[in-house]
Order: sequence, then structure tokens, then C-alpha cells
Amino acid sequence: MARHSEEDAGMAKAPPAARQRKKKPKENKTRTVHANILHDCAKGEENPNRHYANNKIKTTKYTVLSFLPKNLFEQFHRFANVYFVFIALLNFVPVVNAFQPELALAPVVFILSVTAIKDLWEDYRRHRSDKEINHMDCLVYSRAERRYVEKYWKEVRVGDFIRLRCNELLPADVLLLSSSDPDRLCHIETATLDGETNLKQRQVVRSFYDLDCEFDPLKYNSIIECEKPNNDLNRFRGYIIHRSGRRDALYKENLLLRGCTIRNTEEAVGIVIYAGHETKAMLNNNGPRYKRSKLERQMNVDVFWCVIILLVMCLFAAVGHGLWMFQYGDNRPVFDVLSPEGTNLSPIMSAIYLFLTMIIVFQVLIPISLFVSIEIVKICQVYFIHQDMDLYDEETDSHLQCRALNITEDLGQMQYIFSDKTGTLTENKMVFRRCTVAGVEYSHDANARRLAMYQEMDSEEEECMSHGGTLPRRDSVTSHQSARVVLRSQSTKSHRRTGSRAEAKRASILSKHTAFSSPMEKDITPDPKLLDKVNDCSSQMDFMRFHSQPISQLPSDLSDIIDFFIALTICNTVVVSSPNQPRHKVRMRFELKSPVKTIEDFIKRFTPSRLTSGSNSSSSSSLITNRSSNKGCSSLLSSPSAESTLTKLHEEQPSGGLEQDFSPIPPSYDGKASWNLEEGELRYEAESPDEAALVYAARAYKCSLVGRLPDQVIVELPHLGKLSFELLHTLGFDSTRKRMSVVVRHPLTDQITVYTKGADSVIMDLIKPPDTGNSKGKRQKKIVCRTQHYLNLYAADGLRTLCIAKKILSKEEYACWLQRHLAAETAIQGREELLFESALRLETNLHLLGATGIEDRLQDGVPETIASLRKAGLQIWVLTGDKQETAVNIAYACKLLDPEEELLTLNADSQEACALLLEESLHYIQAKFLCSPSGPTTKTFNTNFSPFDIYSSSSPSSQSTPFLVHRLGLVIDGRTLAYALDKSLEDKFLAVARSCRSVLCCRSTPLQKSMVVKLVRNKLKVMTLAIGDGANDVSMIQVADVGVGISGQEGMQAVMASDFALPRFRYLQKLLLVHGHWCYSRLANMILYFFYKNAMFVALIFWYQFYCGFSGSAMIDQWYLIFFNLMFSAFPQLITGTLDKDVSAETLQQLPQLYVNGQNSEEYKPYMFWMNMIDAFYQSLVCFFIPYFAYADSDVDLFTWGTPITTLALFTILLHLGTETKTWRQTDYTASQHANTSTSPQSSDMLLINC
Amino acid sequence: MMASSYNAKEEDGHHSGASSGTGVSKNKKPDNTAFKQQRLPAWQPILTAGSVLPAFFVIGLIFIPIGIGLYVTSNNIKEFEIDYTGVSSDSPCYNCAKNFTWNTTEPCVCTVNFTLHQPFESNVFMYYGLSNFYQNHRRYVKSRDDRQLNGDLSALTDPSKECEPYRKSGDVSIAPCGAIANSLFNDTLVLYYVDSNNSISEIPLVKKGIAWWTDKHVKFRNPAGNSNLTLAFKDTAKPVNWAKPVYELDPSDPENNGFINEDFIVWMRTAALPTFRKLYRIIQKKSGATPTLPNGNYMLNITYNYPVLSFDGRKRMILSTISWMGGKNPFLGIAYITVGSICFFLGVVLLIIHHKYDNRNTSADIPS
Repeated sequence: MARHSEEDAGMAKAPPAARQRKKKPKENKTRTVHANILHDCAKGEENPNRHYANNKIKTTKYTVLSFLPKNLFEQFHRFANVYFVFIALLNFVPVVNAFQPELALAPVVFILSVTAIKDLWEDYRRHRSDKEINHMDCLVYSRAERRYVEKYWKEVRVGDFIRLRCNELLPADVLLLSSSDPDRLCHIETATLDGETNLKQRQVVRSFYDLDCEFDPLKYNSIIECEKPNNDLNRFRGYIIHRSGRRDALYKENLLLRGCTIRNTEEAVGIVIYAGHETKAMLNNNGPRYKRSKLERQMNVDVFWCVIILLVMCLFAAVGHGLWMFQYGDNRPVFDVLSPEGTNLSPIMSAIYLFLTMIIVFQVLIPISLFVSIEIVKICQVYFIHQDMDLYDEETDSHLQCRALNITEDLGQMQYIFSDKTGTLTENKMVFRRCTVAGVEYSHDANARRLAMYQEMDSEEEECMSHGGTLPRRDSVTSHQSARVVLRSQSTKSHRRTGSRAEAKRASILSKHTAFSSPMEKDITPDPKLLDKVNDCSSQMDFMRFHSQPISQLPSDLSDIIDFFIALTICNTVVVSSPNQPRHKVRMRFELKSPVKTIEDFIKRFTPSRLTSGSNSSSSSSLITNRSSNKGCSSLLSSPSAESTLTKLHEEQPSGGLEQDFSPIPPSYDGKASWNLEEGELRYEAESPDEAALVYAARAYKCSLVGRLPDQVIVELPHLGKLSFELLHTLGFDSTRKRMSVVVRHPLTDQITVYTKGADSVIMDLIKPPDTGNSKGKRQKKIVCRTQHYLNLYAADGLRTLCIAKKILSKEEYACWLQRHLAAETAIQGREELLFESALRLETNLHLLGATGIEDRLQDGVPETIASLRKAGLQIWVLTGDKQETAVNIAYACKLLDPEEELLTLNADSQEACALLLEESLHYIQAKFLCSPSGPTTKTFNTNFSPFDIYSSSSPSSQSTPFLVHRLGLVIDGRTLAYALDKSLEDKFLAVARSCRSVLCCRSTPLQKSMVVKLVRNKLKVMTLAIGDGANDVSMIQVADVGVGISGQEGMQAVMASDFALPRFRYLQKLLLVHGHWCYSRLANMILYFFYKNAMFVALIFWYQFYCGFSGSAMIDQWYLIFFNLMFSAFPQLITGTLDKDVSAETLQQLPQLYVNGQNSEEYKPYMFWMNMIDAFYQSLVCFFIPYFAYADSDVDLFTWGTPITTLALFTILLHLGTETKTWRQTDYTASQHANTSTSPQSSDMLLINC
Repeated sequence: MMASSYNAKEEDGHHSGASSGTGVSKNKKPDNTAFKQQRLPAWQPILTAGSVLPAFFVIGLIFIPIGIGLYVTSNNIKEFEIDYTGVSSDSPCYNCAKNFTWNTTEPCVCTVNFTLHQPFESNVFMYYGLSNFYQNHRRYVKSRDDRQLNGDLSALTDPSKECEPYRKSGDVSIAPCGAIANSLFNDTLVLYYVDSNNSISEIPLVKKGIAWWTDKHVKFRNPAGNSNLTLAFKDTAKPVNWAKPVYELDPSDPENNGFINEDFIVWMRTAALPTFRKLYRIIQKKSGATPTLPNGNYMLNITYNYPVLSFDGRKRMILSTISWMGGKNPFLGIAYITVGSICFFLGVVLLIIHHKYDNRNTSADIPS
């Protein structure tokens, strides 16, 4: 309410301006949307929405007409193309006349057309998919027919009313006006948009909130004003103006985004606000990024050198020609032909002309096909990386995705890896590991063993899934690359038998969007001791209930246990769904004995809990009829009637007390089997994996969540059967409070109970200080003490800890609190703070029940991967938002930090302190490692880590500075990092950080992450790779040279921003060590070979100039000369460039040290270009002069002599490639043979001499 | 073990088959083929002493005999060369060379005497050689019209632009056009044998068969449609430097006249290097045991028409026999012997090094 009014106040300033703007809609800052049906008769002109984009999307770049000019224009952005066209055009100048002009154009035209065809094909594919999307169906309200009619997506316009059914894709950004859900909610799945798998709730616009009868578009006559289309998925502001003049604010909660899928909601109606290209999804849809790799940058330098060499050669020839002309003086020899005009050229003029001629003749030196070849090779490399089985993840059925096509070789040159922790190193799958209840620790050994087992065996056939009778298979939406939506039919599939565990696992992952529920998370082996106690406790309670004894007489440790599990079960926002229909909530309303009375009761009580801000209380769509009959269409605004709630509270509970709340089905032991079966079919959809883990854990102890409604939670307990907890209030989780609470009426004790769950640090402070007087207080103190002890243990094990506490409120206390809370909710100003305070008031003096340890398991193979990457000379930094202790623990677990290693921890409160700390650590490092190289640490370092030693001594970056990498770990927290990243300290920070073997930055913000990467990249001039899985890693991924996204649980934002997307962290090893190495060495060799090849060929002509008076004559036919690059020598090296392997994959993985090769750019160092040039010139000398002497003073004519030279050169070039090729394959032979047969093999004996 | 795993696979196949039938998402698992997994069978050559040393020896052993063979063959070829440019004043052609320019109309005749010390067996080829003549000059090479030379009538009267500035003389197009044709070598060489009793006999020089068959029969053709060459060329002018039109190149033989005159064809095939020779005549082998050119004194009668002194050129007359490898050139033989010897030598050196410093341990380290 408060926000609403605030919004209104803000908007109140707008109207006069808005009215003015309406006349010039193009300049509007806001968008005004009217309903189209009001303007149906006034076609076109008068429709106020006519200026807005329609829903037809067109992602193609070209039209039939614009293709040629536009594509050419784009291609000429590449300098090389301009150069080649310039050369080709130079041929048309008569004085220069080098080649047949038409022939000279051919290669350029070929290159341009190949690229153009590629572009055209891509564009055509886009066109096809656009067409498919544009022709999807949706229901649009038609005024003429007074009903919803099917229309194509492209016909949808802004202002149309759309009816959406369950599982339908949204065709445009739609403002939700009505929903069949009784709470006026609509659930959407945004997986296609951001990849996040949980359901998002959207609310009907407040004014239509209580409109319970069918929404009638004809009655709609409001006007919507909202902001201009933008690409912020998490923002939408606007207001709706009703005929009555009332305004209601609109939030992002009211907007359904294009590309999302409607779930859990039978039907929804909305008005289109943004359509087509103006939808948020489309505005977010950026094409692949263009990055230039390090190798390519280096290559460009050498291309530049080639140009210099070319110019020098041309200049040399021009001068030579001038001198040659000069020596004849005025006496022109017969063979010196006059210019076409018949004029006598002066030596200087003809030298200038010759210079141009030479540029054409020597054009081969600048490899025209190099760029095309590199692109082809890269595409092939990407294809092979994509096809690699080792990079395919069976569980998620996903491969590695290469999103940037042109930086494959950078993978082979990485020096620094920056990694996120959660979801990248860990699975981000929370598994319940152990717990402590009432001071007693239950270690769950069996559970630990089970987890270990999961880790060990992966794809072997194993036990059948116990409750795998039917497993859902939903088409997972795969096209994450673009936000383009693809219609997918939802289908459920039943497995006749669940054979291999892997398959079962995969199947469960396929349906992973439904919940965070791999079998690993779901099957929890209960601790026998605890299980006994739970059984014991519940049977006692059952007994007591049967004998109408008050439950409070239960021994406190037993009641703690049962409360603990109840808290685990209900203190969350988990939604229960059945697997047959993954996205449908279970429609099982627990019928109470006196339904009518209770429903009325609930309706009254319902209001406060539903108005809870930020609470994600879920709802059910049952009882529609009841509700609508109760509410009626008339009420437009429902104001929370606090009074009625309060009065209700004071009412006596209806007679019957306990019994009334109990299940009508008497709990029976016989029914247990069937209960189990039904139970197994329930799935839990949680917003965070922790919650799901806890609910599954409770289920293992037979305390299972059966259903959740906005106002009640149904829990099934052993012996007690189904219990319905009346949900009075939910205080949602937020990151400042770090806890959440639910207020329920306990059905057994009829007490108002608060269950709180939260971070240990917070909860421990809120525990009611035990009163040390009596024994109970002492016991309580002991419990708190012990729990804290276990919590420390858990943290040391790298578990995520949560504390569970409860509090019992008297009715008066609750009423008192509720009154103030309601006041806070309706407050106009500072509502957030008031609500926060209100929550604080409730969550005090808690009674500690216990604590849980949840394991965020490391992904498979993470320690091994880190070890081997480190051996490969890669520095690994972990940047995480987690708190220091957890991060350090995880770092130890994944072998990033070594227990033997010294740990430098930097925690500073101010700039000065930070500077001091850095200074100290620097001194410390120098003192410890530089002055005493024979110290014990260094010794172990030398012996234990000899490969690492190799790196530190051979890496140029280490060599250039006195810093070596020591066995030191650096841990720095976010605040200190902020100081350290300051301009004045960054050098020192780097100096410290780079001498540590591993760096761990905790509590870092996304911005800090990217700043760290940027700093390292720019200052140390190293190649950086950032890997992460969440939205908080996006900036880091974008800054790094290579960004890798993990397509994990946290959505697709990281993947969308990344260059490569991996299903798992451990694949990084093969990607870098094998594919990176291969791509780099292949491409580096290919580029060098290209330079060599062309230089060698051109040098032949250059030598000839000495024998033809520097006249630019060539003994090689112009066809050979022009098509040399394109046809005669391109193919073999393409094959080599894609398939050659210098070292086998196995060796590369076993010896990560080989990666250093790429890091130091050893395959392609600047001097290698010159070595290749010298080699080329030497080889061409041999190739030229052997025929020269062999044919000296003979009657050989120009081409009879030139062709053997060409053949010879080609053979030599191929032979050179052969020696460069490390592994020989059938295809290589064929390619070489193809090249050989292209030329006439004349004097093969000369070849022999040449070697 | 094998069987069971195979079974599992089959079942998997069944499953996927069944699932695809119901429209379930297909497995994106990459194919496990050798190509896609980059496991194509490949041979990775690793150079070891065991493979390199024999290679050196084999190359050496193959190359040296080839070289010796080539060298001997080349040495068996007899060649005689005489420069008749007339640079020095004691040369018989000094006067001709000094006075002659392209504009001179009067032919100048000079005679050079020489002695062959060895008889020339079998067919003897008579060449004229030019030095410092850049027939491979870029503009010169292009200055011709192949369509015209192939008898194309339209090209005859309208030659290609490439021929500029030797395309038209006044308004009449030149046939054959271009600089190459214009600079046709037009010295006439006649060879006489001087007997021991000083009687002079002319040696018969065959002027047919000196051009490439393809050139003569395919590339070069007289303008079609008219058997009378004079008429065929009536609308054309002779090249500037020529004394007589193209249809009078060899009036005695219509098969050797016009564009298909073999001297002309040989000239039109531009030489690769500035010092070159071109086949002029063939001296056919005589029947019986008498050598084609017995040793003794000879007289070369030159009609000196071709000025070369202006660009410091030289003219030579060469007599040579040929072998299967062409004319006399010892270079190839020497090159083969050198390379072979070097290989052999290197092989020996490496063998010694290998034996002396062979360390089993290090070589075992190299993974193969």
C-alpha cells in the first residue's frame, strides 16, 4: 500500500506533462496503452496504439534488396578486404597493367561471395525461425465476435487482450488483468529468458484484484501509462488510469514477459503492453560477441610486417627498374616496349608505374585467404569441441556451447583463472548432511556413506529408483542462446522400467525445472537414532491425543525433536506438486470437519497473511467456486480488515479443540504403505535449493509436507497422520535479516507458534537468554552451548549451517504484534523499515531447537581439475560472495588451499589499515621467501611441486619481476578488497597477490569481481579466464579475455554473457588443456605456415626480377599466381589446421605442464615470423636457382621454365607442411595429392635435389 | 562382460527409440565416431637415429649415381659456340655491327671461319644465341595478339590493345602486331664445310621441325579463307622493323610461310632468361658411318640484319648434339653429386656422433 501511494505521489507530477506529450507520441517518455477493442472501428489512423511496434519480429539483418549493398558495406569494414579490392581495381589502370583485370577480381569476388553466402544463409535461418515464431497461435479477444479468437503471434498488437492458458508461451509482454487463480496470481516460468528454474509469481493488477467474475474486455476502459520499452527484466513501472479517474500503480509483478511459460494457472487474461521487438525479451537479445584473440592480434602485427616487406620489395624492384632503364639511356632497346600511348617513359616514371605493378604481382604475399581460412578452421575447431564426448554431460544432456566462435585459440593461452565458488566449484545442490537437535548431534553416517557412493559410481547400473514408478519428462527448453522462444509441447512420459541409474538420473534432471530434486537430494537416509526418537515421540503424542492429555506434557527433548521437524517442514515457501503434472500444484485441500465455518473463518484470517510484503506464499487454485461466491464481483478493493481478524483471534476456538483439527482419516499403520506411495509422488518446488533439501530431509523422517495453501500447511506426521497448520503469517527471507519465520497455529497444542529458520550468527543472538536458575534453564544453556559447538564443526566441514528456533506466543502477544504489524504494512512512509522492525519484534526470545548442516557438494572432479590446472601453470583465484569461513573451507575441500600452506588473511577496516597490511605482507613474503631461499617452505615447494617450479621459472611474467609464486594462500574479504583495489594500493595488492599460490576473495560484489579481473588483466598483461554460473558473475565474465559460463542451477545469465558454456567445472580441464592447446597450436602453426607459404611463393618472382630487368615479369602464369592461395595451396593446410595433433589428448591431460607452451606463446613468437620469412626466402632461393642453372643458356621459354619452378615450389611447400604436420592422416595425403595434381608435375627429379 | 555391456547398450537404444516415438526431447549426446572424437587413425612420425641415419645414407647412395650418370651424359654432348656480334675490331662482322641499325635496308654480309676439333655424331642442332636480350620483359612478353596469330580474321584487322604501340602503322593494322614480332631475329646463317682441299660445300640445314608441333599446328594459323597469303594479308601492314611482309617470310614453302613460319614461331616463344638460345636449323644425320659434322674447318656466312650492340647484346651461333637429358649442362649432375655427398657425409658424421654419445637412458625418455 505504501509503495503504491508513493508511486502515486511520484506520478502525480506527471499528468500535465503527459497530456502535452500525447500529441507527440514519438517524443513521449512514457507509453500510453489503450485497449484496442475500443478503437476497432477506427482502423489505423485513430488508434492511439498505432505507433507502437507490432508483435511481428524480424531478426534478419537484410532484405532482398538491401542484402548486397549492406553486406558489402559490412565486409569492407575489414581492412584486408578493402586492400584486396584496391589491388584488384589497380589492375584496371592500363599503365600498371599487371594481370587480366577480370581475372584479378576473381579471388576477391570469391572471398567476398563466400562470406556473403555465409551471411545470407545465417540470415535465412533467422528468417525461418522468425517465421515460425510469428506464426504461433494465441487467443486474442475480438470485439466483432465477442470472444477470444485464435490469431498468429504476429497479428497481436499493443492493446490487445490475450487469453493465456496453462503451459502456453507468452507472445508479448502482457499486463496481467485477470487470473483464474483464486489469489489472482499467475505463475510463470522464465527459463527461456534467464534460465532460472523456479516459478515466479505475478499478480493481477490491483484494481482487478477482486474482480472475481470473468474478466470482460468489453467493460475495460482504462488507460495504461508506463515506461518506454527497455531491456531491464526486473523493472516495470507505470500506472493504470480508470474511467473513474483513479490510478493504480503497476509493478513488475504485474507484467508477464514474452517468452515465459504460464504455469500452474488455468487461465489468465492480460493486455499487451509491449510487442515484438519492444518486448523485454527481445531487447535483451544480443547477438554473439566479437572478440579478437591474442593470436589474431599478434597475427595482425605480422600482416603489417608483410605489408612492409611487400613495400620494400616493390621499392627495390622499382629502383632496380629505374636503373635498368637508365643504363640504356636514350637508346631504347627493341625489347623495351613503349607505353601504350607510344610515349617514351622516363626511367623515373616507369619506376613509379612499376612500383604499382609490383604491388599487384606480389599481392600474394598478403594472404588473401588467410582470414577466410582462419575462420573456416575456427568453425571446424568449434565443431570438434562441440562434438567431444568428454565435454558432454549426460545428466543435463548438454554439451559445451561455444558462443564466441573466434577465440578458440585463446583457450590455449590462459594464465589466470578467476572462478566463482557456488555453483561453479560446487554443485549448488544442497544435500542435507547432518543435524543437531536439542544439543544432541545426529551424524547421519549412513547418509554420508550414501553421498560418498553417489560420488563414486556415476553411470553404472544401480538400484532402481524406489519411487520411480512414473517419472516426468518434460522437454527442457534448450535454446538458451537467444531468448527466442520455441514452442514445445509438454508431454509426460512414463518409464516402464527405470533401468540404469544414470538414465533415471538424467530423467530427473530433465525435469529438474520442477524442483531441485536429484535423487541425491531426495533420498536421505535417516539417522536411526533420530528416527527412533521421532517415532517414539509421535507415538507418544498420538497416545496423548487419544487420551486427551495436553501435549505440553511431552518431555522437552522429544517435543524439541518433533518441533524441529515441523519447523523444517513448514518454515519455507516450498510448493508441493505432483510429478505427473510437474507444474501443477497439488490440489488437495485438507477438508476440515466443519467446512463452512472454517472457510469463513479463513477468509477473514486470510487477509493479513496474504498482504505480507515480499512473502512468496503460494496458493492453490482450488475452491474457486466457494471463493467467488463469497466475494462476489462487486468488491473492487479489499481493504484488510484488521479488526475482524483481531476479534476472531479472541474468539474461542470452536468446540472439540484438538479433535477438530485432526484428519478425518484415522491414522493407521496398515495404511502406511499406500501413504508412502502417494508420498513418493509428491515433488517440492522451492525457491532455493536449501529449502528443498530441508523439506526432503524432514520427509525422510516421515514428516512430510503434503500441501500448502495460502492459509494452511498440511503436514503428514508419523502416527499422527495429516495435520493442518493454520498459517497466520509468513515473514519472508531477506538478506539483511538472514532468516525467515512463519507464524502458525499449532493444531495439537492450539498455540500460536513462531518457527524461525536462519543463519546461525543471527539466530544465536536472538535466543532467549536462558534463565540459569532452574534446571530447565541450565539445560537450555547447555543446548545452546553444544549447538554452537556443532555449528562450528559443521562450518569447518564446509557445510552450510542453519539454525532452527521456535517461539510460542500467547494470543494477546500475537494480537499486539499483529496490530502493529498491520499498521506497518499499511504505513505510507518508510514501510520497509517498519516491516523490518516489526519482524524484529517478533523474532526475539527464541527457543533454540537445533541446527542443520547442509552440504553444497563440490562438483565431481573439482580438486583434480584444480590440481591439474595448477600444474599447467594456471593461477587460480576464487572470487565469491560467500562469507570468509565457508569460502576458506570450500577452498580447502577443493584443494585450492593446502593445509600445509601458510594463509595470509587480509581484513582491514580502513584504507590505512589495508595499506599497512599489504605492506606488512609484502615484507613478510620477501623476508620469508626471497632472503632465505633455502628455507623449509621453499624446500618442500621444490620437492613437492617440481612441475610448479618449472612454471614459475619459465613463465615470462614471473621472470620479469622478482616475484615468484610461493606456497602461500591469500584470503581477502570484500571490504578490504575495496580498499586494495584503490588506485594507490592496487600495485601493492597485485604484488602480494601474485606471489601467492592461491587467492581467495570473499564477500566480493559482482563489481569487485570484474575489477579484480580487469586489474590483473591490464596490469599483469596476462590472459584471463573467468568462470561462473550466476548473474553475479556476468560482469567478471564479460571483462575477462575468455568468459566461461556454467550452465548450472542459477540460471542462464552467466551463459548468455559467456564465450563458452560448460555443463560442469571439471570440463574446464579438457577444454583448456586439450582443446585449448590443440586450437592454439594448430592455428599458430597454420598462420605461420601461411606467411611462410606466401613469402616463399612471392620470393620466387622476386628473384626473377633480377633476370628480367625488374620489369615485373613473372615466369608463373597469372592463373597460378592469382589462384595460388585460393585453390592450389589452401586445402591441405585447412585439413592440418583442423585435425593436426601435436600431442595426444591423453598425454596432454596427463602432463598438464605442456600447457605452458601455449601460455608463453611458444608456438608463435614474434621471432618465429622472421624465422619463417628467412626460411621462405632460403627455400625459394633453392627452388629458383636450381632450375635457373639447370636451364641456363638453353632454348627454354618463359612458361616452360616457370611451370617446373611452380611445381617445385608447390612440392616444397607441401613437403614443408608435411614436416610441420605432427600426425599423418589419410585426409592429409588426399589433400596433398589434390594439390599436386592441380599442377603439372614436370620435373620431379628437381624435387629430390631440393631436399 | 562384453556381452552384458552390449546388452545394456541395446536396451538403451530401445528406450530412446520408444521415447522418440512419444516426442520426447532427443539426446544431444555426440556420436562416438573416430572422426568426431578426433581419433582418426594417424601416424605420428618420430625421428630417431634409427630412421634418420639410414635415410641419409639412402639419399646419398641414390643421388651420387644419378649425379654421375647425368654428369657423364652431359659431358658426352658435343657443343660448339661462336660469337659473331663483332664487338672487337678484328672480328669479321665488326663493320656490319658498327654500321647496322634497324633502318638500314642494305643487308650486310660477313663470314666467320671456325674449326671443329671433334666430329659431331647424330643430329646436330644449330642455334642462334642472344645475350642481354630481355625477351622476358613484362611489356614485351605481353605485346602480342594470340588471336591474330591464330588466324582470327577480326583480330587480323583489329589487333588487341596489348600490341600497342605496334598495333597500327598509320591506319592499317600490323600483322603480326606487337613488339615480339616486331623484333624478329632476322640474321641468316649459312654453314659451309671447308674440305682439306679447300673446296667449300654447303651443309644442308633443315628449317622445318624446329618449332613445337602444337605451336605450328594449333596455336599459329594463317588467316583462313584464302589460300593466297598475299591476298589474305592484303589489308595489313608489315611490322615496322621488318624488311618484308609476313607472307614473304619463306616464299619457297607455303607450309612455312606467314604466321606458320617456323623461325617466326620459335621467336614468338619468348625466352625465360636474358641469355638464351633459339633453335635455328637442324643438321640431319647422314646415313652411314660418316659423322654429321666431321672435324675440320667450317665457314659461317652471316647476313647481318639484327643490331644488338645498342643494348650491349651479343649474338652467337651454337652447334650442339643432344642426349636424352637435352643440351649440354653439367650443373644437374654436379648438384646431384654434391647433395648426395653431403647427405652421405652427414650420415657418417651423425653415425659417429650417435655411436659416441648414445645414451640409452635419454632416448628411452622420449615417449613414442
